[in-house]
Amino acid sequence: MSAEAARAARPRGFRLSNGARNQIMGLLFVSPWLVGLLAFTAYPILASLYYSFTVYNVIQPPRFVGLQNYVNMIGQDPTFPIIVYNTVYFVVFGLPAAMLVAFLLAALLNNQMVARPVFRTIFFLPSIVPVVAISMVWLWLYNPNYGLFNGTLAALGFHVIPWLSSPSLAKISLILISVWVQGTTIVIFLAALQDVPRELYDAAKVDGANGLHRFVSVTVPLCTPSILFVLITGLIGYFQYFTIPYIMTQGGPMQSTNVYAYYLFQNAFTFFKMGYASALSWVLFLIIVVFTIIAFRSSARWVYYAGG
Amino acid sequence: MAELTNTVTPAVAERAVTLRTSALVWRVVMYLLLVVLSLSFLLPLLWMLSTSVKDTAQTYTVPPIWIPIPMRFQNYPEALVAQPFGLFFLNTIKYAVFSGIGTVLSCAVVAYGFSRIRWYGRDVLFFICLCTMMIPFQVTMIPLYLIFRDLHWLNSYKPLIVPTFFGSAYFIFLLRQFFMSIPHELSEAARIDGAGELSIFWRIILPLSKPAIAVVALFQLINAWNDFLGPLIYLNNPDLYPVSLGLNRFLGQFVEKLAWPYLMAASTVVILPVLIVFFLAQRTFIEGIAISGIKG
Repeated sequence: MSAEAARAARPRGFRLSNGARNQIMGLLFVSPWLVGLLAFTAYPILASLYYSFTVYNVIQPPRFVGLQNYVNMIGQDPTFPIIVYNTVYFVVFGLPAAMLVAFLLAALLNNQMVARPVFRTIFFLPSIVPVVAISMVWLWLYNPNYGLFNGTLAALGFHVIPWLSSPSLAKISLILISVWVQGTTIVIFLAALQDVPRELYDAAKVDGANGLHRFVSVTVPLCTPSILFVLITGLIGYFQYFTIPYIMTQGGPMQSTNVYAYYLFQNAFTFFKMGYASALSWVLFLIIVVFTIIAFRSSARWVYYAGG
Repeated sequence: MAELTNTVTPAVAERAVTLRTSALVWRVVMYLLLVVLSLSFLLPLLWMLSTSVKDTAQTYTVPPIWIPIPMRFQNYPEALVAQPFGLFFLNTIKYAVFSGIGTVLSCAVVAYGFSRIRWYGRDVLFFICLCTMMIPFQVTMIPLYLIFRDLHWLNSYKPLIVPTFFGSAYFIFLLRQFFMSIPHELSEAARIDGAGELSIFWRIILPLSKPAIAVVALFQLINAWNDFLGPLIYLNNPDLYPVSLGLNRFLGQFVEKLAWPYLMAASTVVILPVLIVFFLAQRTFIEGIAISGIKG
C-alpha cells in the first residue's frame, strides 16, 4: 500500500497535519530529558536556592533566616576567602599550565613520525586512570622519605622537597598531577592541528615565514576554537575540583589546598550545615557563570572561525 | 629564464644542504624529546607496577629500587583479600553496565528528537540543554541527596543509575552532532514508505550511528568506573562500595602501616580493566574525543 493510499484510508477526523505530528513526535522523543530536567535539575536548583536562605541540619526542618548565610559567608567565615583564593589559583595557574603542556605535546605529535599512535597512547593513558588510583600513586611518588622523587634526590645528595607538606608547594604539586592527566586535551588539540590545511603552511613558507613564525601565526589561530572549548570545559571542571584534594591532602597543609568544592562538601556532609552549603553552591554557580561569560565574550577577539 | 631555473648556483646548493641538515637535526631532537617525555609520562605507572611486587625492605630504601629481586607476587592476593575487592568489582560492574544502558538509550532517543524532527521550540530547548552543562553538581547535590533520602534510595545504586535513564546533556550533544550528519533523504525515503518516527529511529538512524553509540557507551562505562563523589554521597555501607571508594577505604586502612606495596598492587588491579577496555577500543576512544572537541 502506497503512502498516499494509506493516508487516504485513514478516517478524516483523525488526520493530523505534518506540522502537528512533528510537534508531538519531537516532544515525545525529548520527553525523557524534559522529565529529567524538571526532576533532577530544575527542582534541585530551586530547592537549593530555598535552602540557601535557611538553617538546615537535616534533623530539624529548615528554618528561614533570609540572607544570613550569604552575610556570614562574605563577612564572617574566615575560611571563605581562603577557598576562593585557592580555587582561583588552581583555575588561573593550573588550567593554563595544563593547556600549554597539552598543546605543545599535541604540536610535537603532529610532526611526521613513525610510531605516532604509540606516543599518543602513552600521553593519553593517565587520563583514563581512575582518580583514586591517581591519587594513591602520586601520594606514594611524593612520599617525603621513600617516594621516587625524594628518594632519588636524597640518593644524589640533594635536599628533599616537601611536596605535599609545605603550604607554599602543595598547590603546585597538585597542579603537576593535573598536567600529567591531560590526555583528553592532547587528543582534542591533535585533532584540531591535523585539520589545519597543508596549503596554508605552504603559502606561509612561500611568504618566507620560518617554523616558529608559522606556528604562531598559522597553527595557533586555526586551533583557537578548540582552545576555547578546552578552556570553557576546563574552567567548569576546575571550579568543581574535589577528589584529588579530598584523598591526598584533605585540604591541608594549613588550608593551602582547601578548595571550594571540598569545603562545600564538608559543610554539607560532615558538619551537616545544608543551608550554608547551599548558599556556597549558589555562589559557586554564579562564579562559574561569570567566568564562562567572560571566556565567551573575550572569544570574539581571539577565536578565529575558518568558516567565517 | 632557462639559465635561472636549470643552473644551481653554489649559494643555493649550500642553502639546500643547510636546510637538509637542520631538518635532520630537528628530527633527532624531536624523537629524543618524544622518548624522554613519554618515559616521564609512564614513570608514575611504572613506579606503581614496580612497587607492587616489592617486599618491605625493597620498598623503604634509598636510593629507590626499580627492579626488585626477588619479586613478591603474593602482594596481589594478599592485598585483594584485605578488603572485599571481589564485591567492589561486582558492584562497579553493575553500576557501569546499568548506567551505560540508561545513558545510551535515553541520550539516543533525546538526540533524535533534537536533530531528526523539526518542531517548534526545539532549538530553544536544545540551547537550554547545552546551558545545563554549566551547572556544577554541587548546586543540585544537596537537594538530590534529600530527594533520594525521602525515597529511601540511599545505600543503593538507584540514585546513581535511575537518573541516567533521563539523558545527560554532554552525550545528547555528542549524539545530536552525529545524527545531524546523516543525510535527511534517508529519513524522507522511509517516511514516504509509511515508516513512523520510531521505526526510522530504530531501523535507520541507530544502525548508522554505531560508532557514536560506542563512544557514548565507552565514556559512560569509564565514568562509572571512576566515579567517586556520587557513591561517596549516596553509599555508606562498605559492602555496597564500588572500587573507587573501596580503594580509598583501603588507603585509610593501610597508609599508617607503611603498606605501599599492597596499595600499589590494589591500584594496579583497579586500573587494569580500564586499560584493557581502552586498548580494545582505542580508535573509538580517540575519535570520540576528537569529535567532541572539534565540533564543540
